[in-house]
Amino acid sequence: MNIETIIFLVFGITAVVSAVLMVTRKNPIISAIFLILNFFTVAVIYLLLKAQFIAIIQVLVYMGAIMVLFLFVIMLLNLKENKKPSEYSFKKITAILISILLALLLGTSVYFGFQGKQMNEVAEKIGTAESLGRTLFTTYSFHVLAAGMLLLAAIVGAVMLAKKKFE
Amino acid sequence: MLELNYFLVLSALLFSIGVVGVLVRRNAMIIFMCIELMLNAINISLVAFSSFLGNDSGQIFVFFVLTVAAAEAAVGLAIVISLFRNKESLDIDKINILKW
Amino acid sequence: MPDWSIDIIITLIKIVVVELVLLTGVAYTVYAERRVSAFIQHRYGPNRVGYQGLLQPLADVFKLIMKEDIVPERANKFVHSLAPAISLFVALSTFAVIPFGDKILIAGKEIKLQIADVNIGVLYILALLSLGVYGITLSGWSSNSKYSLLGGLRSSAQMISYELSMGLAVLGLILINSSFRLDTIVMNQYGWKWNIILQPIGFITFLVASFAETNRTPFDLPEAEQELVGGYHTEYSSTKFALFFMAEYAAVIVSSAIITTLYLGGWQFPYLQTFGLPDMAVSIIQVLTFCGKTAFMVFFFIWVRWTIPRFRYDQLMNIGWKVMLPAALTNLILTAIVITIIKLNS
Repeated sequence: MNIETIIFLVFGITAVVSAVLMVTRKNPIISAIFLILNFFTVAVIYLLLKAQFIAIIQVLVYMGAIMVLFLFVIMLLNLKENKKPSEYSFKKITAILISILLALLLGTSVYFGFQGKQMNEVAEKIGTAESLGRTLFTTYSFHVLAAGMLLLAAIVGAVMLAKKKFE
Repeated sequence: MLELNYFLVLSALLFSIGVVGVLVRRNAMIIFMCIELMLNAINISLVAFSSFLGNDSGQIFVFFVLTVAAAEAAVGLAIVISLFRNKESLDIDKINILKW
Repeated sequence: MPDWSIDIIITLIKIVVVELVLLTGVAYTVYAERRVSAFIQHRYGPNRVGYQGLLQPLADVFKLIMKEDIVPERANKFVHSLAPAISLFVALSTFAVIPFGDKILIAGKEIKLQIADVNIGVLYILALLSLGVYGITLSGWSSNSKYSLLGGLRSSAQMISYELSMGLAVLGLILINSSFRLDTIVMNQYGWKWNIILQPIGFITFLVASFAETNRTPFDLPEAEQELVGGYHTEYSSTKFALFFMAEYAAVIVSSAIITTLYLGGWQFPYLQTFGLPDMAVSIIQVLTFCGKTAFMVFFFIWVRWTIPRFRYDQLMNIGWKVMLPAALTNLILTAIVITIIKLNS
C-alpha cells in the first residue's frame, strides 16, 4: 500500500461517512456542515486525480459560495429541529432497499467493468488552469456562452421569485 | 497504485446515498443538499475518467455541472424562501397544491 | 539523508518560522491598534506593562486564558467550539502561498522564501478567504442568541457580496500576468511597475473588499457594539474568545500581506540590483521590504478604523453591489481592451 492509496482510503471513507451523517441528521444546519465536510474530502480526491484546478474551484464555488448560501437561507428561515421521532413507513423502507440495490448494481458494475486501468501520464498536464482554459475557450466556447446565459436566467429568476410582490 | 474503479465505486456510493436522502427525507432544504451531493458524485466520475483517459473534456464538463449547480442553488433557494413565506414549513408532504 | 527528506525539513522549518512570526505579529498588532487609537484620540494607551507597555500583549493573553470558559446552556456545544477554530485556521493557512522574499542561498542550497509555490496561488487565497465566513456564521448560529445570529447573518451576506468584487478585481491582475502564480505576479512588478500603478481601480476595489472581508471598520457590522452587543462573539469567553480575537488580527495581517504581494510589489525593492550589494544583503533587504510594506498596510487598517465611522447596513449593500461590482467589472474590461491593443500593436 503506497501513500496515495492510504490518502484515498482515509478521505473516501470520510466522504461516505459524512454523506451518511448528512442524510440522517435531523437538524438542517448540522446536515449542511457534514455536506461541507463531504465537499472538502471530494476536493482532496480531485487532488489525488491530479485535477488541481477543479479541486480549488470545488472549494471556491461549492464550499465558499453555494454552501454559504444554503447556511444563510437555513439561518434566515430559522428552521427548527424536527422533534417528533421519525416513523418507518412502508414507503421509506422500500426507498432505502431500492437505493441499496442501486448502490450494489452501480458499484459491482463499475468495479468489475473498469479493472486494471492506470493513471494516464498526461493527467498532471491537463489538470492545470492553462490547459483547461485553452480547451474551454476554444473547443467549448459556444458552451461557455450558453452557460453564461443560463446563469443570467438564474439570476433574473431568483430575483423575481424572491421579490415580495410583483408590482 | 490507485485504479480507476476505486474512484468510480466511491462515486457510485455517494450517488446512492444522495438517492436515499432524496427519497427518505421530507425537508426541502435537505433534499436540495442531497441533489448537490449527487451532482458531486457525478463530478468525481467525470474527473476520474478525464484523468485516467488523458482527455480534458471530463474536467470541462465539471465546469458546466458547477454552473448548473450554482444556477440551481440560486433559483432553488429563491423557491424555498417563497414557499416558506406561504406555508411556514418546508415539509414537502404539505406542499401539495399541484397534486389536486 | 535522501534529498526529499531535506526538502521536507526545510519546509517544516519555514512553516514554524512563518507561523511564529505571524502569531507574534498578531500580538503586537493588537498592541499597535491600542497605541495608535490612543494617539489618534489624544490619549496615552497602554504604557505600564514593560517599557512603553511592550509586554501588554503577554498580559492580555494570560488574562484571557485564566478566565472561565462559559458555554451558553442551549448552545450547540460542538459547533460552538468548532467555529473559532475554523476562523483561526483560515487566517493562518492563507499565508502558505505568499512569497515573503526571493531565493536565498544557505550552504550551497537554494531555498525559496515561500512555503508552497503552487501554480494556482491566487485561487488558493480566494478559496480560503471564502471559507472564512463559516467561522463567523457558525458561531452566530451555535450560540443560540439573537445578537449572535444577527451578526452571523450580516457577516455571511456581507462576505458573499464583497467576495465577488474581490475576485473580479484580481482577475485584472491575472490578465496582465497571465498566471495564477503569486511568484510570477511579484516577479513582474520590478522597478516602478507596481500593480497599484497599472491597476488603480482594481487596487481600490480590492482594498475596500479586504476591509469588508476582515470585518474591520467601516464594515464591522457583524460585531457592531452599539446595536449587537458583541455580534457573533457575544457568547464567547476565555480561550475561544481569544481565538476569535487572534483570528481577526491574523486576518488583518494576512490581508495586508496579500495586498502587498498583489499590488505593492511584494518583496521587490525598486532598482535594488543597481546598487551592487552582496546576494545575502539583497535577500535580507527584500524580506525586510516585504515586512515593512505589510506593516504599513496594517497601520493603514488601524488608521482607517479610528477615522471612518461605520456604514449603515443598506449603505453597505448598496456600495457592494452598485459601486464595487461595476467598478471591478469596468476595470476588468478596460484591462482586457488595453492588453488586446498592446498585443495587436506588437
